[in-house]
Amino acid sequence: MEGFDAFIVVFGSGLRLAVPLILACLAGLWSERSGIVDIGLEGKMLVGAFAGAAIATFTGDPWTGLLAGVAASVLVSLIHGYASIDQRANQIVSGTAINMVADGLTALIGNAVWSQGGRTPQLPDSALFHAIDLPFAQSFGGVPILGPIYRHLISGHDIVTYFAFALVPLTYWALYSTRFGLRLRAVGENPAAVDTAGISVRALRYSAVVICGVLVGLSGVYLSLAQAAYFQPHMSAGKGFIALAALVFAKWRPWPALATCLLFGFLDALSIRLQGMVLPGIGPVPVQAIEALPYLLTVVLLAGFIGKATPPRASGIPYVKER
Amino acid sequence: MSAPLKPLPAWADVALIPLVNVAAAFFISGLVVLAIGENPLEAVKLLIVGALGDLEGIGFTLYYATSFIFTGLAVAICFHAGLFNIGVEGQAYVAGLGAALVSLYLGAFLPGYSLAIVAILAGALFGAAFAAIPGYLQAKRDAHIVITTIMFNYVASALMGYLLVDVLRTPGQMNAETPGFPHYGDVPQFHELLKPLGIHWPVTPFNLTFLLALACAFGVWALIWRTRLGYAIRAVGANPTAAIYGGISPARVVIVTTLLSGALAGGMAANVILGEEHRLILEYTAGFGFVGIAVALMGRAHPAGIVLAAILFGVLYQGGAELAFDKPKISRDMIVVIQGLVVLFAGALEHMFRRPVAALLARRTTQPPI
Repeated sequence: MEGFDAFIVVFGSGLRLAVPLILACLAGLWSERSGIVDIGLEGKMLVGAFAGAAIATFTGDPWTGLLAGVAASVLVSLIHGYASIDQRANQIVSGTAINMVADGLTALIGNAVWSQGGRTPQLPDSALFHAIDLPFAQSFGGVPILGPIYRHLISGHDIVTYFAFALVPLTYWALYSTRFGLRLRAVGENPAAVDTAGISVRALRYSAVVICGVLVGLSGVYLSLAQAAYFQPHMSAGKGFIALAALVFAKWRPWPALATCLLFGFLDALSIRLQGMVLPGIGPVPVQAIEALPYLLTVVLLAGFIGKATPPRASGIPYVKER
Repeated sequence: MSAPLKPLPAWADVALIPLVNVAAAFFISGLVVLAIGENPLEAVKLLIVGALGDLEGIGFTLYYATSFIFTGLAVAICFHAGLFNIGVEGQAYVAGLGAALVSLYLGAFLPGYSLAIVAILAGALFGAAFAAIPGYLQAKRDAHIVITTIMFNYVASALMGYLLVDVLRTPGQMNAETPGFPHYGDVPQFHELLKPLGIHWPVTPFNLTFLLALACAFGVWALIWRTRLGYAIRAVGANPTAAIYGGISPARVVIVTTLLSGALAGGMAANVILGEEHRLILEYTAGFGFVGIAVALMGRAHPAGIVLAAILFGVLYQGGAELAFDKPKISRDMIVVIQGLVVLFAGALEHMFRRPVAALLARRTTQPPI
C-alpha cells in the first residue's frame, strides 16, 4: 500500500504541475494553428502571474486578480499580433522581445512598488483560489484503491485546474467541429485560400492571438494565485518553453497536448521527489537528467527519429495579400 | 493595404531608420522610468557617469562589451544564413566547460601562455560542438533550429548544473563551482599589462580578450563580404532554393555557419572564465547570450554595428549597476527591459517608422525651390 500512496502523491503533484503547462500549451496551440508562431508564452505567463498577484494584493479577491492577469496577458498578445499580422514582423524576434520585456518589467515594477526584490507581498488565503472538495470526497475516500484516487486525484483541486482540463475537449470541439475552428485551421495552412473565400485572414489571426492571450494569462494567474501566494521574478522558470516543447511533441493537437503536459508535469514531480535520493549501485539520482528529458524528447521528435512533427504550413509566415 | 513603399535613400536606410528605431526603444524606456517615479534624465546622467565617468567604469564597460561582441557576432553570422540561433546562451555556457577542463586538467602539460591559448580554443570547440547538433538537425533532418536551440539552452543548463554540483565541484565547497585554475593560464588583464609601462589603470576585469573580440569582428566582416563561403552564407540566407542552382549546398552552409556561431559564442568563455573568474561558476553566462540577439539586431548584423551596439550595451550594464546602487527603484531589471524594447523596435517593428519617415523625406525633397 505504501507504494500506491507514494504513487498517488507523485501523480497528484504532477497533475498540479501540469496545469500551467496545459493552459500555456493550449494557448500556443490556438495561436500556432492560425499561423502565428508564439515563443513569447513564457513572457506572457509572467505578465499574467504578476498582474494577477499585484491586483489581488489591492483588492484581496482572486477573481479581480484573474481578470487583471488575463487582461494584461491579452494586451501583450495584441502587441505580438500587431507586430506579426500588421507589421509582418519576424515572429520569433517579436516573441523574444516580449519574453525580455516581460521578464524585466515585472521584476522592475514589483521591486519599485513593494521594495522586496520584485516579490509581491504574501497574499491572504481569501485572495487565492482554493481546493474544492467534490461531493462524497471524505466518505468515499476510505474505499481502497478507488477512494484515494477519487479523493486526491479527482477531487480537491481549485477551479482553474478544473477549467484547464475542461478546456481540452472544448478546444478540440471548437477547432474541429465549428465553422470558426475550420477557418482558423485553414488560415494556418493556406491563408490565401481563406482570403479567396472572402474571409478575413487578419480577423481570424487576431482572434487566435486573443484566445492565446486569455489562456496563457490564466496559466500565469494559476502560478501566482493558486500554486503560490505571491509573484516572484522569473517565477515561470521556463514553463512557457516546456509548454512550447509539449506543443511540438503533441504535433499541435489538443488531446496529445494534454497527454504530453501530464507526462512533463509528472516528470517534474518525479525529479522533485527523487531529489537527494540515493539509488543502490547508481548513487545519487541525477535529477538534472529527468529535468532535461522533456527538452531532449522534443528535439528527438523534431528530428524525426520518432514520428514526425510537422507544424501548420503557414506558421511563422506573414500573410501578404496579392494585389 | 496601401501603395508599395518607395525606396528610401541609402543613408536613411542604413543610418536614419535604425536610429529612429533605437530612439523609440529608449523613449519608451524613459517613460517606464517616469512611471516608476524617477527622473529619466537624471537616470541617464547617473548611468553614463557610472559607465564612462572614470577609468574603472570604462574598464567594466569594455569588459561587458567584450562578451556582447562575441554573442552578438554569434547571433549575426546565423542571421546572414537566414538562421535564428537562440541558443547562444547555452553554447557559451558549454564553451565554459571546454575552457575549464583544459585549465584544470592540462595545466601540467601546457607551459606559459600556451595554456590560455589551448583553453580558448577548447572553449570555441565546445561551443561549436554544442551548436553543431541543432545545426545538423536543421540541415539534415529539417528540425527547426529556433525550437531546438531553445531546448538546448535548457539541456545545457541541466548538464552544466549536474557537472558543477555533482562532478566538478571542489570537495567541501558550498558553491557550485570548479576549483580555481592555475594562474599562469589567466588571460592577462589590462591593468597588469599597463603597469610595467608606467600607466596606472584601476583594477578591472577588462582583459586581452577584447582585442580577440575586435579581431573576430574583423574576421566575420571579411568572411561574410570577402570570401566564397561568406557569399554562400548570404546566398542561402537570401534564397536557399536559388543557392542550390548556384551550386551551393544549403545543408553544408547551415552546418558550417552554426559551427562558426557556436565557436564565436565560446569567445565569451575566454573573456569571463579565463579573463576574470579563473574558475567555472554556475550560470556564468547570466543571460548575455540573449543580449547578443539585441546587439545583433541593433548592429544590423554588421560587425561594425555590432561592436558599437556591444559597447552601448556595455554602458547599459555597467552604468545600470551603478544606477541601481544610487536609485534602488531602478533595479538592474531595467536593463533587461531596454534590451527587450531594442529587440522589439529594432527587430520586430523595424518597418513601423519606414512609412512616416519616407513620407517626411518625400515632402522635403519635393518642396519647390523658392
